[in-house]
This record gives sequence, C-alpha cells and structure tokens, in this order.
Amino acid sequence: MLHTAYRPEKEMGLRRIFTDSGHLVRPAVVLIAALGIFLIIRALVIPKAFGQYGHYRPAALMEIRQRPIVYAGQDQCVMCHDDEAKTRAAGKHAHVACEACHGPLASHANDPAAHVPKLPDVANLCRRCHEKDAAKPPGFPQVVTAEHSGGMTCNSCHQPHNPHL
Amino acid sequence: MEISRRDLFTIGGKLLVLASAGATLEQITGAEPATEAYKMADHWWGMIVDIDKCIGCGNCVRACSNENHVPDGYFRTWVERYQVTEDQQPQVDSPNGAIDGFPPSTHTGVKSFFVPKLCNQCAHSPCVQVCPVGATFVSPDGVVLVDQSYCLGCRYCVQACPYGCRYLHPDTKTVDKCTLCYHRITQGLTTACCENCPTGARQLVDFKNPKDPVHEFLRHNKVQILKPYMATGAKVYYKDLDGSVR
Repeated sequence: MLHTAYRPEKEMGLRRIFTDSGHLVRPAVVLIAALGIFLIIRALVIPKAFGQYGHYRPAALMEIRQRPIVYAGQDQCVMCHDDEAKTRAAGKHAHVACEACHGPLASHANDPAAHVPKLPDVANLCRRCHEKDAAKPPGFPQVVTAEHSGGMTCNSCHQPHNPHL
Repeated sequence: MEISRRDLFTIGGKLLVLASAGATLEQITGAEPATEAYKMADHWWGMIVDIDKCIGCGNCVRACSNENHVPDGYFRTWVERYQVTEDQQPQVDSPNGAIDGFPPSTHTGVKSFFVPKLCNQCAHSPCVQVCPVGATFVSPDGVVLVDQSYCLGCRYCVQACPYGCRYLHPDTKTVDKCTLCYHRITQGLTTACCENCPTGARQLVDFKNPKDPVHEFLRHNKVQILKPYMATGAKVYYKDLDGSVR
C-alpha cells in the first residue's frame, strides 16, 4: 500500500515540522506584511480626527462655516442708513428687512464704493407680495393691480419705506 | 529571485515596525481644539413656520438661491400653494419653486394656503443613516450637512429623504441641500430665508437657548411637523398645518 510505504516514523514526524516549516513561515510573513501595508494605507487615507463627533470628517464643519455671506443682514444696513430705518420703523414695513426688497448687499456693506446697489424693479417687487390671491392670509393687504393703479407704478403714490398714504 | 529565510524575517520585521508607526501616526495627529466664541454644544437649531403668515412671495426661495448659489431649477427651499376642496385630492402647485412668487389663483371657493418647505433638519435623519461613506451627518448643533469633498454622489440620501430636500448638484456631482445657512447662523446671523421673509412666517430657532421665543411659541400654539409617522425627529415646526399637507 502506498500510504504505509510513505508513513514516517513517529519521532521522524516531529522533526519534520521544524525542519520543513519554511512553507508555513513564509506565508505568515507575507500575511503580516500585507496587514502592515493595509494599516499604513488606512492611516494615510482616513482624514485627521475622523469620528471625533460621529462618522464624518469634523473639518467639514469649518469648511461649510467659511462659505461667503451674501446677505449682510439688517443690523449692518441700519448702521449707515439710519434715516431710512427710522422711516421704515414708523410704518407697516417695519419688519421687512432692507435686503428683502433691495437684494443681497453684503458686497456693498463690505465695500460701499465698489458695489453700488441698483434700485429695485418696483413693478414686480410690490406685486409679488400684494397681488390678490385667495391663498394669502385674509388680513394681509392685497390689491388686484390692474384695477387698483391703472398702470401707474406703486411708488408714484406709496412711499415704499412707509407705504401708508 | 533568491530570498533566504533570514532576509524574509528582516524585511517582515521592518514592515511591521513601519505599520505600527503608521497606525500610531493616526492617533497622534488629531484636530486642534476649537478656541472660538461659537460653541456647538450650546445650540440645537431648528425652524418654526407660521402657515397663516406666509404670503407666497417667494422671497425665501430667491434669498436662498442667492446666498447659497443654488443652481437654476434646483431648490433648497421652495413654497407650495395648496388648494383643497372637500371631496378631492388637494391640488398643489409651485411654479419654479415659487422663486418669482405665484400667478393669481384661478380656483375659487376652495381652501387655499401656502406651505414653505425646506430641509427639516431631522435629529434621526434617514439620509444620514444611508450614507455609505460618512459624507452627510448631523452636526453637534443639530444641522444636517454634506461634506462636499467626501460625497461620492451615489444618491442614496436623495432617495432616503422623505421630504425631497436633496439634489445632486449638476456641476460638482455631489449631493447638495439646505445647510440652514450654517455659515451665517454660526456667526450670529439668521438664515437668508428668515432674514428676507417679509411677514416673519419663518423663524430660525435655537432649542437650547432658554431665551429663544420658540419655547413660548411651542407652549401657546398648535404645531405639527411633516410626516410625524416617519419618526425622523424633524425640527421644523409648522403652526396651523392642514392635514392635507404632505
């Protein structure tokens, strides 16, 4: 029988494990090396502090915060244009922000000379809010512009900063 | 190539040392501690929307578009006009997101109202749960954000959002959404949409600020969130929301 012919002696078998163990050690070293390379790549690829707040890159928070501001905000406008602010505060438009009609003006606030704002397009501007629509709350002042003004622009009668006649 | 056993052990050993050095490098180089005035732990942002104050002017949509350079035809916030009859499905329109307001309604004798929509900044956000790479997340102050440099553009989150608040940016091919103007609110400003709302229908709120009017508002009004049955933990509260709104 083939098996019995090749079966080694008992003590011979123990010795063989040590003498021919090269075929076990070599793949083991390759495996450890591969693990090492994996750990190195992982350390390089995963961003700094990933997971500090959760499963994401915390530096992203600061990147989003540093996006430029386009609308300067009420307080900035009023710092210079206090006359207009006073007129507005006395009327129905007291709670309408400057940039709601005049558009985004952070560029003007940062450098007033370089960016001069344009006057708003009154014909469309007023209508967006005050054109009659059944979906608007009943207490809100609305007109059918075609019947109301006869083609005249709103600001020929109403002062936009304090619109009451 | 002939490699002796000795060589193998030496190379293997060297690689091991390198590997452990690389792994510890990751531990050492952490982010610098924040030293500025804004503390994320002190805030929990949300919004309140008063349906009865909305006039459908579209100021919020325009403001959002300008502030955040939203591409044409895409919206981070939009306004819907509901027209509800007793026996029929509600009719909803939002021409170009209401960026130029609405044309006058042709329907008469129906219940109609405007509903401004935006990201609900969910505390248990479905979009965050499905992101496979950690590109979208809830910030420590409660805002759902997207890391543009980490997003793969796989659009799982676009599908997962029950409110339809996400889109794939046509230029960057990454997902984009309302940031609740994170760059503004962390500097003490309000969001662009709230800044420009002429009637105060939408208001940025900070639930962790005990002086914020939101606490009074929630105590005295009947409020509802959108799709409460989805348990998203939405933080945009609507006052006087009609049952037909989805």
